[in-house]
Amino acid sequence: MSNRVAIIGVGMNKFGELWDQNLRDITLEAGMYAIFDSGVRGADIDGIVIGNMSAGRFTGQEHLGAQAADMGGLGDMPAYSVEAACASGGAAVRHAYMAIKSGEHKVMLVLGTEKMSDVNQTEAMNTISVAADWEWEGMFGATFPALYAFMARRHMMEYGTTEEQLAKPTVKNHANAAHNPWAQFQRPVPIGVVMNSGLLADPLRVLHSAPITDGAAGLVMCSEDLAKKYTDTPVYIEASEQNSDTLALHDRPSITRMDAVIKSTRSALQEAMLEITDIDVFELHDSFSIGEIILTEDVGIAKKGEGGKALDEGITEIGGKFPVNTSGGLKARGHPVGATGVAQIVELALQLRGDAEKRQVDGAEKALAVNIGGTGATSIVHILGR
Amino acid sequence: MAEQGVAGVWRRIRSIYNIQGNKCETCKTFYFPPRPVCPECRRKGRLVDYQFKGLGSIYSFAIVRQAPEDFKRQIPYVIAQVELDEGTRLTAQIVNVDPEDVKIGMRVRACFRKIKEFGHGGVIVYGYKFEPTMKVTGHDLKKDQKSSSVTK
Repeated sequence: MSNRVAIIGVGMNKFGELWDQNLRDITLEAGMYAIFDSGVRGADIDGIVIGNMSAGRFTGQEHLGAQAADMGGLGDMPAYSVEAACASGGAAVRHAYMAIKSGEHKVMLVLGTEKMSDVNQTEAMNTISVAADWEWEGMFGATFPALYAFMARRHMMEYGTTEEQLAKPTVKNHANAAHNPWAQFQRPVPIGVVMNSGLLADPLRVLHSAPITDGAAGLVMCSEDLAKKYTDTPVYIEASEQNSDTLALHDRPSITRMDAVIKSTRSALQEAMLEITDIDVFELHDSFSIGEIILTEDVGIAKKGEGGKALDEGITEIGGKFPVNTSGGLKARGHPVGATGVAQIVELALQLRGDAEKRQVDGAEKALAVNIGGTGATSIVHILGR
Repeated sequence: MAEQGVAGVWRRIRSIYNIQGNKCETCKTFYFPPRPVCPECRRKGRLVDYQFKGLGSIYSFAIVRQAPEDFKRQIPYVIAQVELDEGTRLTAQIVNVDPEDVKIGMRVRACFRKIKEFGHGGVIVYGYKFEPTMKVTGHDLKKDQKSSSVTK
């Protein structure tokens, strides 16, 4: 296949609650690391795409495209800002993919960023809630965890998923993050602690939920013919797909699956001419642990209703048949909402290059990322290969 | 400029106060909140106002224990997806019941309550919440049974 789109550089800042750094600092750091990693010069880059959900509410600053070009000293090049709630990062990757594929751009810097810890808890909760239907869910008292609790409770009723299974993605993802120097929580957490953590919205607990995180991630992407000039280990985007669903969770026929994910995964596999069993490593959007359980079913790793069983059998652990969230996922790497979709691609590129150190999946050749916006109203799927 | 929240609530009053949605005469599907376009029929759709009966059952629910400032005073409260008898679902609080007694499938009916305030001294939003159908408002059946068994 010619004219593929390549990822030639990756970078991110160390995720966390970073009181000593502002939005510009973390975005710049991730972008610089990606550029250094790629070997391109600033002058080679001809455009920037930045994914961000809500800097206007989290920090008071909008117009992040121009800000990134300015702070990076990249001059007058075009800079695009894209938003799709928690899928903003994935959207940025897809926009750059389309721009390069079309020939309009040659070498692009892709960024995802979110600075969340500058506001108080109420503002943070309300800002996250607007990823769902604010007028008809949030305004009536449905917090974002409550919406995922609706899914969890139905999944438990329809398929017998247990509280223990609900805790297992957290345990697995923390164990993975212990080997990820960029993660927010680099430590394991025992299952008993997860199961006894404070309730957010029954049946969901604090440790079922991704944290508030400040973080940014970056990629340098270019066309295949240019990639070899810069690196011996390019990673290629073999498929990029996106689907939408209703904004409000209550408008969907089922809340124990995400139709947008099912559709975008299916078309991505078709586009890449692969089966799900060809994929060696996954990053699935685990903003809540029930999300990871549902997504393992929706992408086809587990049968419908058996996402919990897949965890019991360990098939989604590193060393298992389908490793999921080797980075620590949103739960333990951290979830700066606009950066997450880019950070997923950073992890998968490292895995395919063989640079994932202690969390390396041996011989990984194909990788798949699912980035979700809201409660599944946007699904963006990327398949990478080397 | 309107006071924060006023215009946004005022223009939705019929829906929020009375559960008024719409129905597509072409495909006979009910919508709440009212939809501007029928997603099934699009330009062939014919949407007319519809007053929902306000009866339904609980499809799924959560007991909210951490909430933003506007709802903090109500913690812990039950928020649910209610499946209305017309077939559509909405998101609303469940009241007049002990949170621990709420079950999926429980029959509920709409009631008119204060939803929230837009900050201190801000506009008060009223609208629909739901309560179990088989109970007299404010009357706790379970506790009654307990106390009567004690007196025996």
